[in-house]
Amino acid sequence: MRYTSLCAAGFAAMFVAGTASAGTLDDVKARGELICGVTTGLAGFAAPDDKGEWAGFDVDVCRAVATGVFGDPKKVKFVPTTGKSRFPALQSGEVDMLARNTTWTFDRDVKLGFEFTGINFYDGQGFMVRKDLGVKSAYELDGASVCVTTGSTTELNLGDFFRANNMSYTPVVYEKADEIRTAYDANRCDVYTTDRSGLAAQRSELSNPDDHVVLPEVISKEPLGPLVQHGDHQWGDVVRWSLNVMIIAEELGVTSQNVDDMRASSKNPEIRRLLGVEGEYGPRLGLANDWAYNIIKTVGNYAESYERNVGPNTPIGLERGVNALWTDGGILYAPPFR
Amino acid sequence: MAVADVSQSSAKVNWLYDARVRAVFYQILTIVLFVLFVVWLGSNTAQNLEDRGIATGFGFLDQPAGFGVPFSLIDYSETSPYWDAFVLSVLNTLFISFIGIVLATVIGFIFGVMRLSSNWIISKFAAIYLETARNVPLLLQILFWYFGVLTALPQLRQSINIGDSIFLNNRGLYMPSPIYGPGFEFVVIAFLVAVIGVIMIRRWAAKRQEATGEQFPVFWTALGLILGLPLLAFAVTGFPLSWEYPALKGFNFRGGAVLIPEFMALLAALTLYTAAFIGEIVRAGIMAVSHGQTEAAYALGIRPGTTMRLVIIPQALRVIVPPLTSQYLNLTKNSSLAAAIGYPELVAVWSGTVLNQTGQAIECILMTMLVYLTISLSISVFMNWYNRRIALVER
Repeated sequence: MRYTSLCAAGFAAMFVAGTASAGTLDDVKARGELICGVTTGLAGFAAPDDKGEWAGFDVDVCRAVATGVFGDPKKVKFVPTTGKSRFPALQSGEVDMLARNTTWTFDRDVKLGFEFTGINFYDGQGFMVRKDLGVKSAYELDGASVCVTTGSTTELNLGDFFRANNMSYTPVVYEKADEIRTAYDANRCDVYTTDRSGLAAQRSELSNPDDHVVLPEVISKEPLGPLVQHGDHQWGDVVRWSLNVMIIAEELGVTSQNVDDMRASSKNPEIRRLLGVEGEYGPRLGLANDWAYNIIKTVGNYAESYERNVGPNTPIGLERGVNALWTDGGILYAPPFR
Repeated sequence: MAVADVSQSSAKVNWLYDARVRAVFYQILTIVLFVLFVVWLGSNTAQNLEDRGIATGFGFLDQPAGFGVPFSLIDYSETSPYWDAFVLSVLNTLFISFIGIVLATVIGFIFGVMRLSSNWIISKFAAIYLETARNVPLLLQILFWYFGVLTALPQLRQSINIGDSIFLNNRGLYMPSPIYGPGFEFVVIAFLVAVIGVIMIRRWAAKRQEATGEQFPVFWTALGLILGLPLLAFAVTGFPLSWEYPALKGFNFRGGAVLIPEFMALLAALTLYTAAFIGEIVRAGIMAVSHGQTEAAYALGIRPGTTMRLVIIPQALRVIVPPLTSQYLNLTKNSSLAAAIGYPELVAVWSGTVLNQTGQAIECILMTMLVYLTISLSISVFMNWYNRRIALVER
């Protein structure tokens, strides 16, 4: 009888496991924390700070979602994922969402079964070389060894660019950003290619940042944004609007500093809706009515997060460029909050 | 079904208490449950994939791959289909495994014998190597060799230059590559003829020695044949071989053949790690041969080297070969750790890059597992055949 009872127990366990998934939002609430997939460490975007707390521009998106759900930016568990492990991690439900410099492409959206919930950084692929090579343009790179991340869109763009321009190259591929940095620093390759934001971040961590230059050519569009599993629309909306809230807050001039004043005294109807003074917007998402207020209060608006993590006054030193608001000459634009 | 059996036989002894019937019943039950479990897993997977809108199937194999690889034994470019990337990665795995196995065996045997040497320095030197290499995790050794290679070797423009034809720097070992002219196939044929000739001479010499006791200088004859015949053919056909030399042009050396540092680091780590285990296996094998055998051989006036070669090793091999097989399998499977340093073998390229670019996780992993299974089983079959050949034939 020992065997039969064992088998019965195994069977029971299987069916329980098979029916455990309701909605992601309910799962997250029941678990008490959000599980967010980030990079294995990219300065300015997602890296542990000197206190061991994850910080960065992508991390802020995770924190915004956690604040929206729980009112507490600390209720996130960060799971470092490589370029290779990120998609299986999300497909299998090991993470609730990814915020890790992931380019929105047709294949990923349609074939891999994901839903991109917005763009938090408009980027493009570039090349970084040593200054002493004397290279001024990417079109002079014929025959170079190029360090690149495996399984990325940059790997494919790299092949396309060299092929389109009748140039040859030798790829040197690694899985993690820090491996590439070490190899590039040791002169294993002449060129480092990835998104220009990533190049700026990596350059700041090289042994002599000033010896390296990012070439002017941008060879691709790389819209980076958070993504979730396809099919759970409620959860997709939560992530989408958590990011949108940060952008809208910047448009409306709401910051973490003045959000309390705004909530108390603003006459602007969109600000009143955003901060939960008017209407019932949070509950329609399955969240509290002050969720957006909490996000702005603790994480800040888009500009605050940008300046804190990657802006000109940080070691990364990225100008806003195309990531400025559409009203300031950029292409950052969020749908209206109504 | 078992329930029906019970009701039919209730007239005689109750089958419920028959141990054999119960045993069969439990076995059938286990099989049925297992099959149900597999079916459940399969349908669940299919359902989940469909729910998430993930396409399945092997249709992606003839799509262009679009990515480049740093090291390939076949003609491969970004426009080649995924299938070529698969072949390439399998060949790279076989390449490193084969060279690794050969080198590890040689080094392992040498150190295993050295460990048993009566010379204190030689024995202790071997002991230090064996203990160190066996007791540090392989992944660490790979990283050690890799970053060692990257930082210890000179930079591109300060390459170690051997006769303007071989260059060594931290981008790799650049060598001239041969270009075969017309008629070179005769050289290959001459070599094969020489090999067959050597095998036949060895058999003939062994028979003659058994019959007459006279020895024949097999080694020198074999060396002469294997070198001489192809050289002769080479000269007769008018030296149909030229070399393409690597030259520093622009960013890198162009032309010639290159062994990338990832390959060198992986080979060093895999070889030295596995050789340490093989060394211990060899030592155990030799010690398993009773000392009386050596003494008997010496008493007959056989010299120490010959004693080792003809008396000890053949008997030791019976103990050595089975665990040696496991080490070969380990080396092959451990080559998958190359993913950590970017040597483009099966796991790095196929279940890494391709899996990620196509999202066909199940297909890629399945193909990878099948390849490893095939390689491992082939090694096993070969080693089992060899083991049977050398095993003690009991009379």
